Amino acid sequence: MFHVILESTRSALISILAHGLRSFLTTLGIVIGVASVVAVISLTQGMSAFIGESFSSLGSNSLTIQSYTPISEAMRGVRARLTPEDLELIERRAEGVASITPILYASRSSQVRHAAQTTFSQIMGTTYAYRDVAQAWVHSGRFIAESDNLTRRRVTVIGEKVRDDLGLPENPVNEYVELGGEWFKIIGLLEAKGDVMGFDQDDIVLVPYSTMRSLVGNQSQIDIQIQLSLSEQAAVDDVTRQLTALLRNAHNLEPDEDDDFRINTAEQLMETFDTIINMVTLVIGGIVSISLLVGGIGIMNIMLVSVTERTREIGICKAIGAKRHHILAQFLIEAMLLSLLGGLIGLALGYGLGTAISSSIDSFPPASIPLWAIALALGFSGFVGVLFGILPAAKAANLDPIDALRYE
Amino acid sequence: MKLDVKMNTADENLIHLNEISKHYEMGSTLVRALDGISVKIQRGDWVSFIGSSGSGKSTFLNILGCLDRPTRGEYFLNGVYVEELGPNQLAEIRNREIGFIFQSFNLLPRATALGNVMQPLVYRRIGHRRRREMAREALDRVGLGDRMDHLPNQLSGGQRQRVAIARALVTEPSILLADEPTGNLDSRTSADIMQLFDQLHSEGQTLILVTHEEDVAGLGDRVIELLDGKIIRDRRAGEPLH
Repeated sequence: MFHVILESTRSALISILAHGLRSFLTTLGIVIGVASVVAVISLTQGMSAFIGESFSSLGSNSLTIQSYTPISEAMRGVRARLTPEDLELIERRAEGVASITPILYASRSSQVRHAAQTTFSQIMGTTYAYRDVAQAWVHSGRFIAESDNLTRRRVTVIGEKVRDDLGLPENPVNEYVELGGEWFKIIGLLEAKGDVMGFDQDDIVLVPYSTMRSLVGNQSQIDIQIQLSLSEQAAVDDVTRQLTALLRNAHNLEPDEDDDFRINTAEQLMETFDTIINMVTLVIGGIVSISLLVGGIGIMNIMLVSVTERTREIGICKAIGAKRHHILAQFLIEAMLLSLLGGLIGLALGYGLGTAISSSIDSFPPASIPLWAIALALGFSGFVGVLFGILPAAKAANLDPIDALRYE
Repeated sequence: MKLDVKMNTADENLIHLNEISKHYEMGSTLVRALDGISVKIQRGDWVSFIGSSGSGKSTFLNILGCLDRPTRGEYFLNGVYVEELGPNQLAEIRNREIGFIFQSFNLLPRATALGNVMQPLVYRRIGHRRRREMAREALDRVGLGDRMDHLPNQLSGGQRQRVAIARALVTEPSILLADEPTGNLDSRTSADIMQLFDQLHSEGQTLILVTHEEDVAGLGDRVIELLDGKIIRDRRAGEPLH
């Protein structure tokens, strides 16, 4: 079998090169098809990187660490926790961290009340560092200060949506709200951020971390979240790895145990976008790959012409001992090589096209083709060659030797 | 080759045809291209079949060369009952037992002389290097050792026919089947080619030649005359030319 493939490839190459221009024109359909698929993919991949960049400039070059308990563990009553000691450990040991803050969510009611108005919001205990980590700036008043934390003041900074829901004035500073049965003085109003992917960034109530701790204090073991922002030079992956090692060590995890925490990045939102972009890529790619089918039909057409043209040669080969599979393999491999060659040219062309388009748009990152796209483009064009080569090759293989020899 | 076919090992004839007929339907008329031909040919013979056009000699040659099947009759080649073989087994027989030489040479136009001679060996499991050696030897044998890298259209008619003969010889076939081998050649080149045949014959090669020219046919050992698909005469020929 290998022998047959080798010999067929040899003669197919000779035949393709013998009709250089015709071979090129034949495979042009494949070239164009593959080029457009590759251009689309390289552009959307570039787009995805572009959106990622916009996201990080929006503010969150940050990581969130949460405890994580698998359902099977939770059923046994075991709960993983992140403790203030973990926070302290990270503060002392982790590199590449610009700011770090604990977040303690209200464990009971997240009801917020002002006068007769009641709403539900996300109540979080945190520190002054939250401002940098979450890029949360105050619109009026001030943010939580270190001293608020140290003295466990009952003060709060609220988001725009909460202010609106509670019917508070434009400047709600010095008003009081009731959180979980305790009264808090409003010291600041956050700038409106709008919502990102359906999450309202303004539906938020911040109180000092220590205050929150004292409120949930009757619980002996608390589970906090840690949010941190990275310094300029730090790479997300490096920091993530470092934090994982630190926390695994602190939690005494054996190498075969899974992490009992999750490090989430702002990239998770981006991943949602990526999913959408991948869908778009697939749909456009699917539409464009119709042109590959058209290219395949072009190859079939020329291969049929070629079989007719070489009828006599086929007759000669049969007379001197070629079997059906010899002829079949020769034409099939010729069609496949032709198509594959088109795929290669198309790949180069598509990449060039993508690069040209992306570089002509400002702030667009360079187009990039992932490896899977290369494999897909070449695999698909080879497949198209085989698919549309079958008919001509079978026609050639089934020729009657005498008729073929007599053919003028 | 598979031996699950009818064998007649007691038959010492290289070719044994028994009542071979080939009929065609042409419109509403039945054409009897061959009509009950029985011939035995021994190893090492040089037999010429002669007949005018329409005498059925081409059809006969196709059947001898395992390119075509008779409507009726039995054909034993080297003791193998050919009629029971499938297309791939016939291809194998053509490759191993038969060397074809055609009137119009039938070389592959895009392959060099060497490439053409190597082609039958492609269908055997012979490596490229060994093929090249064998093809060289065959081309040397027909006196074309210096033209191996020429394409067919760079060669004269006589040289092309020599390439074709080399291609037929390279597989060391039992029979060389030549169909009007000098039909497209001038008289001098024809004489050269016939001399080559004579030489091959003297080396023990079995030759079967189909022609309509009496002086070409007369060079063999035996001349069989065909007319309307039947053998009308089977005679000894005179001394071959030197």
